Amino acid sequence: MSLNRRKFISQLSKAFGISAIAVAFPNITWAAWHKQAFSTDKLSDAIELRYPGLAVIDSNDVTFKAPAIAENGAVVPVSVKTNIKNVKSISLFVEKNPTPLSASFNLSPRSIADISVRIRMGQTSKVYALVEADGKLHRAEKEVKVTIGGCGG
Amino acid sequence: MKIKARAKGETVNVKMLLKHPMETGRRKDKDGNTVPAKHITEVLAQYQGEPIFHAEFGTSVSKNPFISFLFKGQAGEKVAITWTDNTGETLSGESTIK
Repeated sequence: MSLNRRKFISQLSKAFGISAIAVAFPNITWAAWHKQAFSTDKLSDAIELRYPGLAVIDSNDVTFKAPAIAENGAVVPVSVKTNIKNVKSISLFVEKNPTPLSASFNLSPRSIADISVRIRMGQTSKVYALVEADGKLHRAEKEVKVTIGGCGG
Repeated sequence: MKIKARAKGETVNVKMLLKHPMETGRRKDKDGNTVPAKHITEVLAQYQGEPIFHAEFGTSVSKNPFISFLFKGQAGEKVAITWTDNTGETLSGESTIK
C-alpha cells in the first residue's frame, strides 16, 4: 500500500468514524484512536506513545491470563482483571508483533476492570498487560509460545 | 454482530462477537497482491445513552473479534455496541440485559 493511500484511508476514517463518535457523544473523555501508538513497530515507543510520561511498575495486583502455549497464533485468548481502584484503561502489548500495541480498553466509572479478548501473535513473545490507574501503569507479563504464527505474510 | 449481556446482581457481563475480516495489510492473496488493511479501530459500548466502555484495536486482534467486559448495570436495560473500522465502515447493534 502506498503512503498516500494509507494517508487517505486514515483521513477517511477520521472524517467518518472518529469524528462521528466524538460529535455524537460530546461528554466522552476518551481520546480518539491512538493511530501512532498502534502503528509503531517498537514496544517501548508504543507504550510511550499510548501513555506519555507514565511510570511503569510491576504489579501483583493484575491478574493476567494467557495460554503458555498457543497452537494457533491467529487466535490467542487473553484476559486481564484487577482490584486496583480508578482503572482508566487496560492495554495489551505483544513485544514481537509487527506492531506491539494490540488492543486498548478505556473504562468508565461504571466499569469493573475485567476484560477478555482474542489477539493475534506472529511468533513466540512476551505479552504485557498494562493497567492505567491514578497516573501509573501497573504491569503484568506472560510468555506465550506460538506454534503457528497468525500475523499473515 | 452477536451481543450477550447477562446480569448477576448489579454486575453485567457483556460478551460480543463482531463479524469482521481484520485484515492487517500485510497478508498477500493467492496472486501475490497485498490485501489492503481493513480492521476495526474502535468499539463503543453505551448504557442508558451513556458511553461505558471503549475499545481501540490495532491489526493484531483476531479475525471476528471477541470481547468480554463487565460493568455495573441492571437486567432489563439495553447495551448498545458500535464499531468503526479504518475504512470508515461502521455497524451498530444492541441487546437487552438478561
